[in-house]
Amino acid sequence: MTTATEPGTLSAAQLLDLYEEMAVIRRTEKAIQDLFLAGFVKGTTHLAAGHEAVAVGASAALRDDDYVFATYRGHHHAIARGATPEECLAELMSRATGVCKAKGGSMHLTKAESHMLGSYAIIGAHLPMAAGAAWSAMLRGTEQVAVAFFGDGATNIGPFHEALNLAAVWKLPVIFVCENNLYMEYTPIASVTAVPNPAADRASAYGLTGEIIDGNDVQVVYDAVLQAARRARAGEGPSVIEARTYRHYGHSRTDPAKYRPEEEVAEWMARDPLTLARDRLTALGVAGEEIDRVDSRARQLVSEAVDAAKAAPEADPAEALTDVWADGSATWRT
Amino acid sequence: MADVTTGNGAVTYRESVAEGIAREMRRDPTVVCLGEDIGAAEGVFKTTVGLFKEFGGRRVWDTPISEQAIVGAAMGAAMTGLRPVAEIMFSDFLACCWEHLAVEIPKVRYMTGGQVTVPLVVRTANGGGLGFGAQHSQAVENWAFTVPGLKIAAPSTPADVVGMMASAIRSDDPVVFFEHKGLFASKGAPAPPDHVVPLGQARIARGGDDLTLVALASTVPTALAAAERLAGEGISAEVVDLRSLIPLDMRTVLASLERTSRLMIVEENPYQGGWGGTVASIVADEGFELLDAPIRRVASECVPLPFADRLEDEVIPTVDRVTDAVRRLASY
Repeated sequence: MTTATEPGTLSAAQLLDLYEEMAVIRRTEKAIQDLFLAGFVKGTTHLAAGHEAVAVGASAALRDDDYVFATYRGHHHAIARGATPEECLAELMSRATGVCKAKGGSMHLTKAESHMLGSYAIIGAHLPMAAGAAWSAMLRGTEQVAVAFFGDGATNIGPFHEALNLAAVWKLPVIFVCENNLYMEYTPIASVTAVPNPAADRASAYGLTGEIIDGNDVQVVYDAVLQAARRARAGEGPSVIEARTYRHYGHSRTDPAKYRPEEEVAEWMARDPLTLARDRLTALGVAGEEIDRVDSRARQLVSEAVDAAKAAPEADPAEALTDVWADGSATWRT
Repeated sequence: MADVTTGNGAVTYRESVAEGIAREMRRDPTVVCLGEDIGAAEGVFKTTVGLFKEFGGRRVWDTPISEQAIVGAAMGAAMTGLRPVAEIMFSDFLACCWEHLAVEIPKVRYMTGGQVTVPLVVRTANGGGLGFGAQHSQAVENWAFTVPGLKIAAPSTPADVVGMMASAIRSDDPVVFFEHKGLFASKGAPAPPDHVVPLGQARIARGGDDLTLVALASTVPTALAAAERLAGEGISAEVVDLRSLIPLDMRTVLASLERTSRLMIVEENPYQGGWGGTVASIVADEGFELLDAPIRRVASECVPLPFADRLEDEVIPTVDRVTDAVRRLASY
């Protein structure tokens, strides 16, 4: 993971690393879409293509031992925090080698050993958890920070408000990052929310400052999270960051996203986070061929991950009756 | 034998709650408490008396009225190195944080393939008998019983409160700890030092030969009072205090039935969906040949809890109702 530096000072080499991580996520999401259509992935998926800069920029600004909590649209966060595309793909393909042993699936990718503490599929539920992890870090004196990533839709549910209030009252080292992609599932967030900026405008109700940023620009995300993390570590309490972004696919597998105006889609596709990062790299003097090499390396890595996941064994049926309790068992009576 | 309920040195169920928590907080610095009014106010039921004074504001945290924040934060803290003890004031309010208690906490270990553990306790004042009406009197232990992944403790005596609190806080699994409102003022022998009662170990509260009464929390004293009354009529009833619902100690129940061959389950939660249905079904599956009579359940009526005492007594199992039911079962 890229080492945190000063805001605005990502070197070309660091930015190229972040570009590569974003490219790997983009390729993984595309592979998942293809594997779903080919019948390898069951259930549903909520692809994060278009949101890569939020995950990668934020992750680069965090310490390796900081905690991350994500949502059911969380593939990008799992990969940004150390899960490999292969173990994520294996999870989605119900393989024994899946990152959650094929017990979680697309909506629950988790990589606890690198402090990515889960993807949660009930809207808003994980915001209080992140506050609790931050509380724990504060009491243990570790200067760790907890980050909750959530969608714009989560700002209208109770736990969002309960978590912001508790975090503000207890001055917890937690960062609330809203990935505002303009749509709450199929409905424009603006049409169901009393304020124009669903997360940032609510922050002031809890005595917090809400910052609105370009969630498609990895440098901008990096800078905002770096500063929020510094405030948190300095005991200055929580931050609310509203990162405006856009999804390239529909809400979930069954949604072709026909409700989005063509001009809006075109405008955001032109501001693809990979394109913006490429522009920044070019401005820093990185040659187009070098960026292309990174692109093909990402394509190659994901292609090999797909092959490896396909070749992995199916989940062992015996696993269904393990991991309920801390002793590994599922025994509920004596 | 001295009567521990009145003798010198007897302690209340209520003060045993704070005692149980304090013992664990002394031995393990990662144990922290959070909840509404639990700090300087020492709890609306006075079940956290002395904790704030002894351990201070870094270990005992007052929260806003935000049940999802309380239980959600406890979950996040439990996943990251603490052993939080969260109080939900009335068990009816578990409905406010049911998302975390039913859908997040019991599932996260499983759905991550065992990557995380959630060593937390959610304590709550459960049950009726005090005239708090429909929204502050429910016995909801059966709610938790429907969700795989939660351990469920429901002690009936002061010593068990302390001993089971030790097990609950030391457990690496999430535990819902039901403290019965109707028992807070009851007295019993104090817990000895280092008292630990494992979860999943039922207790024979009274020996008997003619039939087995399986009870939990508030229905234990009810069953004991009925057994005492019936002893005068020549009916010898054994009373099994289950102590915890998960793990469920069916071994003790089945062993009792080998001697008594008659089973009555006495539960405070409603008959519909009550935990006794599962106990009955296991006995029907595995102990059918032990039985000489049909299994009987005495549970609360399937109505919301009414306010007036005379109405509440019509709903919750009373000593009279249990006694009548036992007479019929004994003569079957």
